[in-house]
This record gives sequence, C-alpha cells and structure tokens, in this order.
Amino acid sequence: MSVALNRECDLLIVGAGPAGLAAALEAAPSGARIVILDDNPRPGGQIWRDGPGVRLPRAARRLRSRVAAAANIEILCGARVVAACPPKALLIEMPEGGALVSCTKLILCTGARERLLPFPGWTLPGVTGAGGLQALIKGGLDVAGERVVVAGSGPLLLAGAATARTAGAKVLQIAEQAGREALVRFGRGLWRWPGKALQALRLWSPVYRAGSHVFEALGDQRLEAVRIRSADAVLEIACDRLACGFGLIPNTQLGELLGCAIVNGAIAVDALQATSIADCYAAGECTGFGGSELALVEGRIAGLAASGQPARAAGLAPQRERWRRFAAALERAFVLDPVLRTLPTPDTLVCRCEDVPYAALAGCRDWVEAKLASRCGMGACQGRTCGAAVEFLFGWSPPAPRPPLFPVRTETLLRLADRRHSPPARPAEPGR
Amino acid sequence: MKCDSGAIVVGAGIVGAACAEALARRGLSVRLLDARSGGATAAGMGHLVTLDDNDAELALTRDSIVRWRAWAPAMDEGCAFRGNGTLWLAASDEEWALAENKGARLAALGEAVDLLDARALAGVEPALRTGLLGALRLREDAIVYPPNVVRWLLRRHPGQISERHAEVVEIDGRGVTLAGGERLAADVVVLANGIEAATLCPELPIVPKKGHLAITDRYPGVLTHTVTELGYLGSVHNSEGPSLAFNAQPRPTGQLLIGTSRQFGSRDRDVDGGILARMLEHAAGFLPVLRELNIVRCWTGLRAASPDSLPLIGRHPDRDGLWLAVGHEGLGVTAAPTTAELLVGAIFGEPAVIDPQPYAPERFLGRSGAREGAEDA
Amino acid sequence: MPELIVNDRPQQVAAGISVAAALARLGHGTVRISVGGAPRAPLCGMGVCQECRVRIDGRLQLACQTVVRDGMRISLETLLGQGGQG
Repeated sequence: MSVALNRECDLLIVGAGPAGLAAALEAAPSGARIVILDDNPRPGGQIWRDGPGVRLPRAARRLRSRVAAAANIEILCGARVVAACPPKALLIEMPEGGALVSCTKLILCTGARERLLPFPGWTLPGVTGAGGLQALIKGGLDVAGERVVVAGSGPLLLAGAATARTAGAKVLQIAEQAGREALVRFGRGLWRWPGKALQALRLWSPVYRAGSHVFEALGDQRLEAVRIRSADAVLEIACDRLACGFGLIPNTQLGELLGCAIVNGAIAVDALQATSIADCYAAGECTGFGGSELALVEGRIAGLAASGQPARAAGLAPQRERWRRFAAALERAFVLDPVLRTLPTPDTLVCRCEDVPYAALAGCRDWVEAKLASRCGMGACQGRTCGAAVEFLFGWSPPAPRPPLFPVRTETLLRLADRRHSPPARPAEPGR
Repeated sequence: MKCDSGAIVVGAGIVGAACAEALARRGLSVRLLDARSGGATAAGMGHLVTLDDNDAELALTRDSIVRWRAWAPAMDEGCAFRGNGTLWLAASDEEWALAENKGARLAALGEAVDLLDARALAGVEPALRTGLLGALRLREDAIVYPPNVVRWLLRRHPGQISERHAEVVEIDGRGVTLAGGERLAADVVVLANGIEAATLCPELPIVPKKGHLAITDRYPGVLTHTVTELGYLGSVHNSEGPSLAFNAQPRPTGQLLIGTSRQFGSRDRDVDGGILARMLEHAAGFLPVLRELNIVRCWTGLRAASPDSLPLIGRHPDRDGLWLAVGHEGLGVTAAPTTAELLVGAIFGEPAVIDPQPYAPERFLGRSGAREGAEDA
Repeated sequence: MPELIVNDRPQQVAAGISVAAALARLGHGTVRISVGGAPRAPLCGMGVCQECRVRIDGRLQLACQTVVRDGMRISLETLLGQGGQG
C-alpha cells in the first residue's frame, strides 16, 4: 500500500506537452506547488516527444530546461489519469503504483490522438499511424533502409515523413486525401504565418501527392504493399511500412468525466481558457486542433489565469487569435473526403480490440446497439480508436466516458477508497 | 381470450423478450416497446444461478435453469451460454456447515451438486486464495450474454414480434400511450420494464438497488467456474447502506467479470469510486491475482427490487388486462424463462408450471396487498 | 546495455529505447495475436490503441509507453485470441 505516492498541490496540470509546460512556467512565479502529469515516459507531449537520438527544437529545449529549473514544479512521467475522485482529486497509475493527486486548480492539456480509419489490411503489422510512426521512431524504432509510404491527411503527414527520412527510411510516397485546389488555397494564405510557410517549405517533399488516398494494405503476416488511388490512377507500391493518419481528435475523455462542456468534439473554454466547471482550465489540442504555437499561447493564458493573473492572461488574446485563424485555415484545407467512408469492405475490421468487422455494424441503429450486439468498443482501447472511426463512418456519437479512463490494475483502483467516507460496507446476497 | 389486436409488451429486456417470445409462440402478434433508457439486462452479470433463500426463490430459479438448458442447444454463439457451474465458497467452519446443509437440501431435490474440500477446490480453482475450507458446486448453473439472448429470442418467431424504440407514458389494460400522444391498443398489455415500472404504475412497490461491476482484460484460464461467497448467509438482513459480496465469473472471452455491490436509494448511474474500490478489495481477498490484472471497464446497473425480493408475476389486480412481470431484482436473467411461462400461461388459462402464488401481485396490490406492501416497505 | 528477457531468452538492447522499439529490433514484428487470431504490432505509438500491450514483468503493459530496463521480463503472444461474446 503506497499512500506515500499520493500528492497534494495547488495546481495540477494534466499533460506535459507544449500547453502544459507553458502553463506551468507562467504559473510558477506565483509560488504555487505545481504538479504536471504525463502518461508518456518523458515530457514534451507528442510534438516534442523525446527519446533516444531525438534532437528537440530549440524552443522545446528551452521550455523544458526552464520548467526543470523551477523548484515548485514537479513532473510525473508515466503517470496516467484513470479516474476522478471528487472533490478535486485524480486517481493516477504510475509504474510504481496508484496514487491520488489532489489539487486546488486543474489545467487539462490532454492533447489529441490520431484519427485512424479502417480500410482493408489496416490491421497488418507494419501499418501505423502517421504520428504513430513518428512516435515509435522517437522511441528508438529502427527504420533505416525501410521503404515507407505515408498516407492520410493533414500537416502531420509531412512531419511524419521527415522524421522517417531523418531516421534513414526511404519515403516512397505521401498520399494526402485533400484536393490540390484546397491545398493551393491554403498555401496562398500561409504568408500570414511566415514561420509556418518556412516550415512547409522545409518539410516539402517531391513525393507528396494531393488528392490521393490509400485504399488497401496488402500482405500476409506483415505489410508488403499498399494500393493508392487518385483521380486518374491506381498505384500499387511495395513497401515495409505504411504510416497513415487522418487528422487529429481532441482527447476530451478526462474533461467529459469531470463534467466539462464539450462543443464540436473539443473541451469548451472561455477567453481565459476556463472550462464550464469551476477551477478547471483547458489548453492545447484538447480544446481543438491548432498546433504547437496555439497550444503554447493557450497554455500560457491558462497558467496565468489559474494563478490569479487574469489581466496578463487577457493580454495574450491577440496572439491566440492569430494562431486560431491558422487552425481554422488548416481545418478548411484538410476536410475529409466522404469517399473515405467507402473504404471498408464487409469483412474489414473496424474494432481492432474485439475484431469486429464492418458488416457487424452496418445494420445497427446506434453506438449502444452496435456495442451490445457486436462488442465494438468493448475492448482495451475503450473505443478510442474504433469510436472515432465509427463516428466518421456512421455518424454515431460515442457514449460518455466512465472510469477507468484507461485499462488499469485493480490495485490502482483500490486507492479510490483512500479518502472516501461512504458508509461501511456489509456482506450481501451474492449472485444477483 | 381474444387476440385480434395482439399484445403489447413494455420493456425489451430479458424478461420482456421472454414474455414476447412466449406470446408469439402461442400465436399472438406482439409489439415490443422499449425506451432504451438502459435497463438491467445489459448491465447485469448474466449468471444463471440457483438460489434457495426461500422455497419460492428456489422453485423459480430451478425451473428456469432447466428451461435455459433446454434453450441452450438452439442459442447462437453470441448468446455465450456456458454451463460452467457455480462454486459457493466456504471460508469458515460455519460456512462449511452451511455448504453441507445447502448441498444436502439441493441434492434431495435432485440438483446436481457436490462438495469440494479445500484440496479439491484448490485443484479446480487454483487462483483462489489459500485457506478456504471448500466449496459447494452447483453444476447446473451457467452463464449467458443477456443482450444477445434478447436478440435471439426476438428472432425465434419471424414476423410475429415487432420491436420499437418508444417511451410509454401511460398504461392500462387496453393499451398504452406513447410520449408524443400516440395511442396503441391491445388485448393484452405486459409490463416488464424493471425499474421504470413504478413510473408507469406508482402503486408498484419497486425500488432501485444499484450495483457496480468491473471487467478485466482477457486473461483466459484464471477461473473456470463462477465463484461466489457463502458468507452472506450468516449476515443479518439489513436494507440500509451499501453491501458487498464476492462474485467472479470467467466470461467466454477470457475476461473476468467482478461483482457485486448493492445500494438502496440511488438512481444515478455514476460509478462510485469508493464503492467500486471496496468491492474490488473484497474480491481480491478471494482472488489475490486480481490485484495485478487490468480492469478495462466499470459500470453500474439498477436492479428492480420488491419488498420481499421476489418478482411480481401475474395479473394486475386493479387494472384489467394489464399483466406484470417486474421486480426480479438480481434474478431477471435467471428467472426470465419461467417468468414468461407463468405469466403467459396465466394469460392463456394454462395450468401453472410452478405454484404461482408466491409471485402473485396481490401480495402488494389490491385492497389487502397494498397494506402488506406498505408494512414491508 | 540493458538486458531484456523476452519469452525466457536474455537479449541485449540499446538503453533508453521503448519496449516497442526493442521488440522490433529483436525481430518481433508481431507482439500480439488478436481475438480473431491475426498478428498485430504497435499502431498509435502513443498509448491510445492498446495494440502493443504485452506482459512486462507479469503485468499487461503498453510496449510503446514503457522504456526498457535491465532485467525486464517480457512475454509475447500470451494473450490468446478468443472469439467469445459477453
């Protein structure tokens, strides 16, 4: 029993990506005791994911070292939030055990995950997310000499391809589903964000193909080739890996569990990044996709607001507005083509945990019926992967999250009894 | 009886589906209405369990399990029927004596039971903690996946049962009124919507008993039987505060389904972390390996409980044409087949398959029943 | 270099890498057999999809979110596929 792992703090920040780190740094001068939780092994979030051989951008290194230098900021890595323990405590699981972290104020910087859409062959080893391959390479995956195809949608494709190339892979093709016109329009507007224009030029690749999408991954026990379709051709490319993601989805589960209002699939926030519940703020991708620049400024605003500096927080509003406009431009450019809904065949698995094929869902009326009839979403990922796919394919909204938010050791859940004052339990009639 | 406009069954849980099937089997066309407000069928454990707290409970569960076993060969794999039996665990001399008594009583009735001493128990379920004195095994007990059994039942008589998502706001013996005002008429109206029954018929003495459940990731082979504790038999019956009992069930998926808790006076569906933690702690006391296993989901359900813990099965004494199949508490799945036979048999004037008196709604309703119900509740 | 014991076989891997990366480098292209019996490998790389859960020191854990440690015992493909319901 490791009650020693329990912690109390003034400000708890969930997520050590750009938003979380920026929030902590702005709040630190107030003297508040700050704890940052992150389920990854190292701070940085996904965009600044750290690992062996990763050379982080200068901005990331600077932010990391300033946070590390602040005596009143503690970062707990490998710490995953699994439940809320009202009032104002979260249950976390770390490798060394479960713990309750109680706080006065909370900032959610829970980031986003990739939207992964089903198509024949997508369950083969060798197929990963686009950001997924990037994360795996940063964790030490060796792709030197491998042939990689990148597919899906969004700026992450270029970033993923660049990471793979730097790691020695040969990127054969980048298939972006968005059409050429939309991307040209987006490119013409980029002068408003010169840093982004430079980044786009740096990441640009001659094998980038707009208006094309992967529709099949081929292989027996492992990926051997992919088929890509564009307006005028179908291409079969032999490859070792397919990195495939269709944009990002805000991680709203913890916010939902706490009762935060959700609007358009993201945690709703006001001008000071405050959510709909008291003493709870949110910043970064969990409030809507926007990239690291937006996450940084939102994190700063949330950190200032949560540490009693609303005027300084309000002063950052114009910066945030500038990056929100960029996010809106991205969203317009990378709208998903409805043709992607036609990729699964009847036997294409939609739920990878429970191996539920498309055909088992096609006759259902809603998510609950599909879940009860087919076990879709009942597996270990708790519908994070298939839920987003099903929402795109069928328009069903996934149900509200329940604790535990992730698969968790029973021993960790036992910690929920630590501070509860429910009446003592007595034996009961079993079996009914 | 006449059956030109058929029957309406309110509630498409396991009891409603079994009643609809029994009506359809007798030639009636059935409209099955369900509000989809999240009933006990999808939330429960799917444990088909012989219980003998009293003769009426024993008669109902025994007869029902015989009917389940008759259904089993025809059910599809989705129904997940497994005749894996129940082990009632004895942790003390007193409980061992209870196991012997219970075993002798059931054996005398012809139940397939056997007593396992400590060594035999450790042989069949090595994951259980050491130091248990033994267990009583009920070999006829089984498990199912109730939501898919509902689907299977509704498919048995093609064209005769139509299911509809609809909220009933008013009910009487001649039909129902739906939210939105639509009126549906029928010769027979069956109320089988569990906890929501008291909303339509406030005179029904049915209250929610909330339960928590947790399920692990897939760990095939940890358990083979459903294991549950005899401990409760020695405890004083008390309806205040939450109570806990160990029940762990190996699902056909290799997952372990862990229960149980019961709690009066709560109608919300939220998982209560404190109760969940104590339920799991209690379970880990019997199944130590559980501490290391991953829980993938936790949820709650509301059992529809009557004052004497027995269901109300039969004609509503004050509302002509309205038939009740409610108040099964935790036994809705186990007792569904016999409930349907008793109720539909009564509707058709057939001889009762078991003595129907202990379940008669008159014990709480009507002139004498209302008084009794008030005293019990 | 840390030593991992993978399916009872000691093997050296680079320090600081993830278990997912280590398994791939050691030739384990498949880390899990799905419910339907198909081979699976890490997918999301960031602790979401649960495809890479393997037994690490006896507990089911995510290979992509776990950094290798000397003496770590990993067993693969122990979570056998079962197609049952419920």
